[in-house]
Amino acid sequence: MSLRIPLRPLTRILDARARGENPDNVEKENLRLRHEAQRDKLRVRAESRLLLVAVCFVMAFSAVGYQMAALATTEPTEPRVLNQGPTILNTRADITDRHGRLLATNFATNALYAHPQDIIYPRQAADGLAEIFPEMDADDLYRRFTGDSRFIWLRRYISPEQEQLVHDIGSPGLLFGPREMRLYPNGSIAAHVLGGASFGEEAVNAAEVIGIAGVEAQYDAELRDPARVDPLMLSLDLTVQSEVEEVLAGGMALMNARGAAAVLLDVHTGEVLSMASLPDFDPNARPRPLTEGDQADSPLFNRAVQGVYELGSVFKTFTIAQALELNLFSPYDMIDTTGPVRMAGFAIRDFRSYGPEQTVADVLIHSSNIGTARIARVIGAARQEHFLAQLNLLEPTEIELVEAASGVPLTPPRWGELATMTISYGHGVSTSPLHLAAAYATIVNGGTEIIPTLERREEPQNGARILSEETSATMNAMLRAVVTDGTASFGEVEGYMVGGKTGTADLPRPEGGYYEDRNLNTFASAFPMHDPQYVLIVTLREAAELSGPEPRRTAGWTAVPVAAEIIRRTAPLLGLRPDVEHPLGLQLSNSSN
Amino acid sequence: MRFTTLVAAVIVIGLGYWAYHQTIQTQMADRDVDRLQRQIATEHERLGVLRAEWAYLNRPDRLRELAQFNFDRLGLLPLAPDQFGDAAQIPFPAPDALHDNASLPDGYSEEEPL
Repeated sequence: MSLRIPLRPLTRILDARARGENPDNVEKENLRLRHEAQRDKLRVRAESRLLLVAVCFVMAFSAVGYQMAALATTEPTEPRVLNQGPTILNTRADITDRHGRLLATNFATNALYAHPQDIIYPRQAADGLAEIFPEMDADDLYRRFTGDSRFIWLRRYISPEQEQLVHDIGSPGLLFGPREMRLYPNGSIAAHVLGGASFGEEAVNAAEVIGIAGVEAQYDAELRDPARVDPLMLSLDLTVQSEVEEVLAGGMALMNARGAAAVLLDVHTGEVLSMASLPDFDPNARPRPLTEGDQADSPLFNRAVQGVYELGSVFKTFTIAQALELNLFSPYDMIDTTGPVRMAGFAIRDFRSYGPEQTVADVLIHSSNIGTARIARVIGAARQEHFLAQLNLLEPTEIELVEAASGVPLTPPRWGELATMTISYGHGVSTSPLHLAAAYATIVNGGTEIIPTLERREEPQNGARILSEETSATMNAMLRAVVTDGTASFGEVEGYMVGGKTGTADLPRPEGGYYEDRNLNTFASAFPMHDPQYVLIVTLREAAELSGPEPRRTAGWTAVPVAAEIIRRTAPLLGLRPDVEHPLGLQLSNSSN
Repeated sequence: MRFTTLVAAVIVIGLGYWAYHQTIQTQMADRDVDRLQRQIATEHERLGVLRAEWAYLNRPDRLRELAQFNFDRLGLLPLAPDQFGDAAQIPFPAPDALHDNASLPDGYSEEEPL
């Protein structure tokens, strides 16, 4: 605060009086100066306030302007995040076949639970529920509704019709929780491949669906991935699968078999187009696994993948192929087939003798155990084991099923000379039909390794070379001759040039030794033989053809006609034209070297 | 001065009305979007159900049964190898048929009911 100047300072008044001026002027002058000072001060204050207001306005307007510019220059977006509504649907991806037909999908349904304390008329509610759901007992429900518990699960899922009926009971204590149910619209078709799903963690308003077998379990994490949009596309063909299962079921009934399996494999891509195992089950209502006894008797057992058996003479193909590949024999070399061959107290016999000497080709065509065993003796144990390992016959398959790991091939503890000779015609090494399919694919496709797969793939595998193309072509001609001249004469399907090899193996007794009258009949086939595209393996367990005076238990009478019917029905579906340009089939002499 | 103030006031009222209107419209659009999204979700659910139902109705077992049940009328059999044909096997249409097709509108007008 500055010193206040008096308006009428005495000295200046006296001076003015002395000069004869009006002393009031001094006062006026001072007053004016004081007012001016006051005004200046006020103006400065007002100016600063104006400035402050101006700054505020500038900031506000620039904020608005910035926002407008930002809005004008950015892409327009939805103001809210797109969500799929109140319930999260399709959390588990669908599974389709190779043409996109649904094999497994989800179905929104409800679970039923009860809050007994909210049920006003327990008797009426219990009676009503028992009427809707046949498996519920009215008295039991009444007891639970009048008991102490405050929460009761009644059913895992109910259909919309049942939901309406429960609504009609009108009890406020009966409540619904949303559930996503896994649905297999095709019923039991491809049941073993799909496996099944079940509920994992359960809460009132949601439950997680988890795969418990087959591809559902194998791809569980991928199928549950919420970011996944595309369905899982399998290599299966629904139509072909359905035909295979139908024919196989018919064949199984006709041949009085206890079980059957079939595998249809693309020999270039390794895709499994069809995999069937009978008896089967409905994955919508998956039966419980057996708690005792042999799991192989359960319908859940996938014979095509898990069922490892000695498959018999179908293995002769591998012995002959290796002998040709190693240039140990040519198809026309003569083999001594006089028998029986005795070794270490074990006699190798032929089902039927075709003379004391046969060519290598005839050993395969007429399925001579003696001839094959003699060829295997030349090959030797080490080379045989190596070759079978190359064909992936000694390890579990890498097929995309959780059950694959349990299909472990059985090999002899000591791979000696006797084992070599019995393995050469399919006794001593146990494998699954899928193993066999992959190995046959290698034999017929030109000699490259095939890893069977259930995933859709377009490109051929072009695996490691195991056989030369010449050997493969010779084998194709021989396999064709097995059908035209040999043990698989019922396998001929006009126009499709079927080739293959039969195998009839005695089933082992659990206590050791073999059954006389229980066989596992296998037909390993490929078609069309002039340019093989598909391999089909059919096995029948304990089959017997009863039309003759005596039951016929060989594969040629049981598995072969079933396989031929499958080929007849599925080859057109696979888009194969019947071939009329190769009426005579393959000539063995043309392809041998 | 008076006039400018008046104009400014009118402008402010106008802008206020416009801003309020935009707000209401935005809220309505938002509500619309919400409703549509719920509808989309419902339709998704329905689509899933319909696809499941379609697959269920087209399951091979059922089609096979239907083909057998209606065999008298449809005569459907499994696809057989001998059903493959050649384009050369298809006969050319008879010349009459071509002619008839071309003159169809005339024929049609003649037969028009009175």
